[in-house]
Amino acid sequence: MKSIQHCFEEKINQNKQLFVPYIMAGDGGMDRLEEDLLFLERCGASAIEVGIPFSDPVADGPTIQAAGIRSLEAGTTLDQVFTQLKKSKHKRKIPIILMIYVNVVYVYGIEAFVQSCKESGVQGVIIPDVPFEEEDLVTPALKQGGVEWIRLVALTSSKERINQLTKEAEGFIYAVSDTGTTGVRTEQHKDLYPFLQSVQAASSVPVLVGFGISTGDHVRALRPYCDGVIVGSAIVEWLHEKKYEDIQSLIQATFPT
Amino acid sequence: MNIHIPDQRGKFGTFGGRFVPELLIPALEELEQAYEEAINDPVFTKEREDYLTDYVGRTTPLYDAKGLTKAYGGAHIYLKREDLNHTGAHKINNALGQGLLAKRMGKTKIVAETGAGQHGVATATVCALLGLQCTVFMGEVDMKRQQQNVFRMELLGAKVVSVTNGSGTLKDAVNEALRYWVKHVEHVHYMIGSVVGPHPFPKIVRDFQSVIGEETREQIIEKTGALPHAIVACVGGGSNAMGMFYPFIQDKQVKMYGVEAGGSGIQTGKHAAALSTGTVGILHGMMTYLLQDERGQITETASISAGLDYPGIGPEHSYLQSIDRISYPSVTDEEALEAFHVLAKTEGILPALESAHAIAYAKNIAQTMDKNETIVICLSGRGDKDVPQIQANDRE
Repeated sequence: MKSIQHCFEEKINQNKQLFVPYIMAGDGGMDRLEEDLLFLERCGASAIEVGIPFSDPVADGPTIQAAGIRSLEAGTTLDQVFTQLKKSKHKRKIPIILMIYVNVVYVYGIEAFVQSCKESGVQGVIIPDVPFEEEDLVTPALKQGGVEWIRLVALTSSKERINQLTKEAEGFIYAVSDTGTTGVRTEQHKDLYPFLQSVQAASSVPVLVGFGISTGDHVRALRPYCDGVIVGSAIVEWLHEKKYEDIQSLIQATFPT
Repeated sequence: MNIHIPDQRGKFGTFGGRFVPELLIPALEELEQAYEEAINDPVFTKEREDYLTDYVGRTTPLYDAKGLTKAYGGAHIYLKREDLNHTGAHKINNALGQGLLAKRMGKTKIVAETGAGQHGVATATVCALLGLQCTVFMGEVDMKRQQQNVFRMELLGAKVVSVTNGSGTLKDAVNEALRYWVKHVEHVHYMIGSVVGPHPFPKIVRDFQSVIGEETREQIIEKTGALPHAIVACVGGGSNAMGMFYPFIQDKQVKMYGVEAGGSGIQTGKHAAALSTGTVGILHGMMTYLLQDERGQITETASISAGLDYPGIGPEHSYLQSIDRISYPSVTDEEALEAFHVLAKTEGILPALESAHAIAYAKNIAQTMDKNETIVICLSGRGDKDVPQIQANDRE
């Protein structure tokens, strides 16, 4: 399996902006997971972030919270998600990255979690409530299992902090584009572009921007400042409402012009 | 202070820590640094002490509860009267400290969560006193059962925001307060109300509440010539208990009990007893005991007392249980209600339903102890806020 960084650099070399959609596993039923993943891949996604529902998602805004509640009410479990991902493992060509809150990983068991990631073809993990200071809870097991650890940097991170976080980063850097939780926004934070420039300057892996991106204009405006975008709430909403053509046209905004 | 926990990473043994989104890390680092500077600054300490004396009304009495002692028929019971503080509960000790700290840090806005509304009222009070803008998140279920406190907060100039997510109680109010803080982190201080949350909150709140135990220690020695044999306090997040226990932790002969909310009974599953029945997990920035299912989803809690209705517990309590220093039993809603009535009739004091849990448990141990032995109960708050609920309950 090629590393996430390798997959991404191939696309960057084709002058393509990276596009990583986020979906909530089990929203609309577990049977939909494979279908949605393959649809997003066909649309041109560079990788897919698969969210695992949690009862108390403090980093998420209303859209993803609602999707998580729908998923939990449908009875979604981490094991079911792994089973589904394992089934479609050989049909997919792009990396799968899990976005999961730490308590779900901790209670599952960190070693067991890494083992299941490997078996189901999960290449990377994002845990929004594990900052640099607490990484050693999960990174030794991830490293041993060859599952990549994706770090987030935030607008509030200092220069020294950005250097610390980009040093020995794996996969890509997830640059959080605003203060607050996930969710659609109409305006970008005033410090966004200088922030992204300093992250790009420090990082040896691709830099992707997430939080609040929902239109082709957002995507095009960000092109000079990063390697790609992560789109969560908008995709989650469109999948929920079955507005597939909106997803297609947003992803097309990342294609070379 | 007598023991050096937490460590630099905010760990109490394996508990605690700082499990928060990257966005909050700079704010927590700033808070930690500002706090360390403040407590080493005699000007800050004097200002805080002056307010505690002249505004809060400390020292609170340690009251020799002869009526309750007689009713329970065993050990001699003393009540630490935190209910006599301005705003009617221990919560003001912490709110005042954090308010002064926030002001020192140049923050102009405060966000807080509240369960029973006591921390919300204390926060709104301190904000009015110090000229800070105040937003309080409160679960919609709690807003219904504590309507009077909602109005009190509004009278004090605070904005109270109803939280409809999840179970509509304290846990969900914490989630929303955290989300609000993440959004407005540059200008807002999160005035957390208990010994919970990411480092350095559990330490800060404990330190600001330790005045309870420090005073009690001096008072009981003055009154009886010795340390108490047992200390009892209720625990939801655990701030009055931590403040009471902390100055006694090295005194191994003093038995201490943190009483959890047993709700309808542990066997019914409808309770909030995280330490007695929970498992280790990570929520609200800390590793601690939690009420959760086998997949790590946080479960709904139940207690007649809004202030104890929380699925977690301060990490220092998890640690103190793990080293067998403190026991964490539970009492049911029914036992707490009975204790409420007993204290009302024997002492003329209406305790908060939270504190009534401590009183109820004290009955169990008092009866196994000798008449020459002493128990101190932390009477963390007054029960005026609970009168409508008790009334409704008695009618049923």
